[in-house]
Amino acid sequence: MSSQEQQATGRTATMSDAMVEAVAHEMREDEEVFYMGEDVADYGGIFDSTTGLLDEFGRDRVMDVPISETAYIGAAVGAAQAGMRPIAELMFVDFAGVCFDQIYNQMAKNTYMSGGSVSVPMVLTTAVGGDYNDAAQHSQTLYGTFAHLPGMKVVVPSTAYDAKGLMHNAIRDDDPVVYMFHKRLMGIGWMPAPDGPKTPVPEEPYTIPFGEADVKREGDDVTVVTLGLHVHRAVEAAESLADEGGPDAEVIDLRTLTPLDRETVIESVADTGRLVVVDEDYRSFGVTGEIVASVAEHDPSALEAVERLAVPDVPIPYSRPLEDAINPDAAAIAEAIRTVAE
Amino acid sequence: MFEDMVTARLYEERLQNEYMEGKRPGFDISAGEIPGELHLAAGQEAAAVGVCHHLRDDDTVTAPHRPHHVAIAKGVDLDRMTAEIFGRETGLSSGKGGHMHLFDPDVNFACSGIIAQGCPPAVGAALAAKKRNSDAVAVAYLGEGAIDQGGFLESLNMASVHDLPVVFVVEDNDWAISMPKARVTTPDDGSKRADGFDMHGARVDVDDAVAVYEAAGEAVGRARDGNGPTLLEVQVHRRMGHFMGDPETYRPEADQEAHAERDSIDRLAARLREEGVDDDELDGIRDAAAERVDEAVTWAKQQPLPEADAAHDHVFTNPPEGVTSDEPEPGAGAAAGGDD
Ligand SMILES: Cc1ncc(C[n+]2csc(CCOP(=O)(O)OP(=O)(O)O)c2C)c(N)n1
Repeated sequence: MSSQEQQATGRTATMSDAMVEAVAHEMREDEEVFYMGEDVADYGGIFDSTTGLLDEFGRDRVMDVPISETAYIGAAVGAAQAGMRPIAELMFVDFAGVCFDQIYNQMAKNTYMSGGSVSVPMVLTTAVGGDYNDAAQHSQTLYGTFAHLPGMKVVVPSTAYDAKGLMHNAIRDDDPVVYMFHKRLMGIGWMPAPDGPKTPVPEEPYTIPFGEADVKREGDDVTVVTLGLHVHRAVEAAESLADEGGPDAEVIDLRTLTPLDRETVIESVADTGRLVVVDEDYRSFGVTGEIVASVAEHDPSALEAVERLAVPDVPIPYSRPLEDAINPDAAAIAEAIRTVAE
Repeated sequence: MFEDMVTARLYEERLQNEYMEGKRPGFDISAGEIPGELHLAAGQEAAAVGVCHHLRDDDTVTAPHRPHHVAIAKGVDLDRMTAEIFGRETGLSSGKGGHMHLFDPDVNFACSGIIAQGCPPAVGAALAAKKRNSDAVAVAYLGEGAIDQGGFLESLNMASVHDLPVVFVVEDNDWAISMPKARVTTPDDGSKRADGFDMHGARVDVDDAVAVYEAAGEAVGRARDGNGPTLLEVQVHRRMGHFMGDPETYRPEADQEAHAERDSIDRLAARLREEGVDDDELDGIRDAAAERVDEAVTWAKQQPLPEADAAHDHVFTNPPEGVTSDEPEPGAGAAAGGDD
């Protein structure tokens, strides 16, 4: 659906509403879909990821589970291998450490290790991101960590429209999908979202194919590649530069990391020759390096200038001036765009 | 004990007010003087003082995400802890940690915001004490919701097979965020987990500081004397939401009222009165505690915020070349101060 068609739907929704709508639809359609996680029933998810689901589907299908990530995420793997379609929520991605075996050895690899005789059609939803001073154990994005592991599809929506379409796809997909939603985009009462993620969302179900990046803003001078919260910061930076008569930046939202739409990026850089990659994850061994490498491998001569903006390989600090210093904001993105355009 | 309990309660009440500064009218978790999550422990003080009053500075405590009452009872530097919670440069962790990650090596106190993950390091501290033939002990605090976690169960086994001087203290406040114990945990009496590990288990099923003190005396004594670990569960009450801003729509009102009625500080005050301590003396303790809290908060708020470049410091103790911030800031290493 083009952005004009999106506009035509009229009704807007928050990203959390859009996600929940897709989950509810799939649960109505398919008895085998169920949701489990900590505080997903009565609380409706700490980040509003399951609001209202308990009322409609009851405790058998919207299950509060013990604080035992190894057990319930592993149980989701097992239920998926048994043919069900579980959605398991890991409250914060930072907690993956306590259950990582179930994620990267079981969920991700069982299809391969079984020579394709087993499939794991589950969704692992998890909240990512900082920008609210919750320090190093509650603010990571870890996009790169998850995308680095073969065998899982990794989804990172930035708008309500994308969140819904990607969720439908995630639940219907026969492979394990990690669905990473940024807390700051959800539209939670106690954590105000920027305006961007609240978009028109059709009432009816629709899918957005994995591996199709979206050009969130067109521009001729510089290609900005990003995902999640930073899509909105990049668009803001691009708009402010355009208002000042500065370089005209194209903003590409990757939307999924696995599969990764390298083509859209390569095509855009072929036109602009200048690339800025923005990520809220750690700089080294992550998304920014992957994007730059993909472009360089394809055609090193396409690149006239490159900048990477990411968390500079430090754990996320608590104090406001410290966190602000390491998390790229719109001003930093604008500066990077100017630098590569020179 | 009474003094520490009152200090902890007044401290939490003060933090509650300070936290809301700048967050009204629309609550925004990242706004105001104290940003991020804040988990208060009002109602849980008996578990903190009853255990920590048996401890010395060289005994180790690992606390979870709700740490203030335990930190106060263990003797963590109140001024620097407060500065940390306000994100200041002179805070315990130079503003890196925040309220869930308080580290005070002077009294061997550490925290983690990841459920039950303070247990293995406590086992490690106990292991170190045993290897060095010291009689120091380690105490790991966790909530009743945390006893389902693998890290805890593995720690019980490790402590038991190696006969380590560690006490696991479960603060049972009936709730794990919105999940009541009965929905997610068996058995109802968490101390029974000890049975499966051939370890001493005990439960104090009323939040009475004296009863906790007595039970903890046995447990800490056992550890100190080289007679192995104990799992001690203590009934406490969470008077507040899970974190500040928690709407608590999941919680029946009757539950909250019942919790507010049975207050361990009132209980201890009544007992002290029975033993002949007069009201003036109790009021004096309260006033002194209020003053101490006020001093800490006032001092903390006068402290400078860290400079942005400091975000790069402390990733390593022995930083490899090129890893810390490339350009040394002007005047780096000078005394803390300046504009914040
Ligand atoms: C591994 C992990 N899973 C989930 C969480 C999120 N979380 C924080 S506190 C909490 C509830 C803890 O309940 P309990 O242990 O009973 O302690 P209480 O909050 O009641 O003091 C949860 C689920 C976390 N911090 N770490």
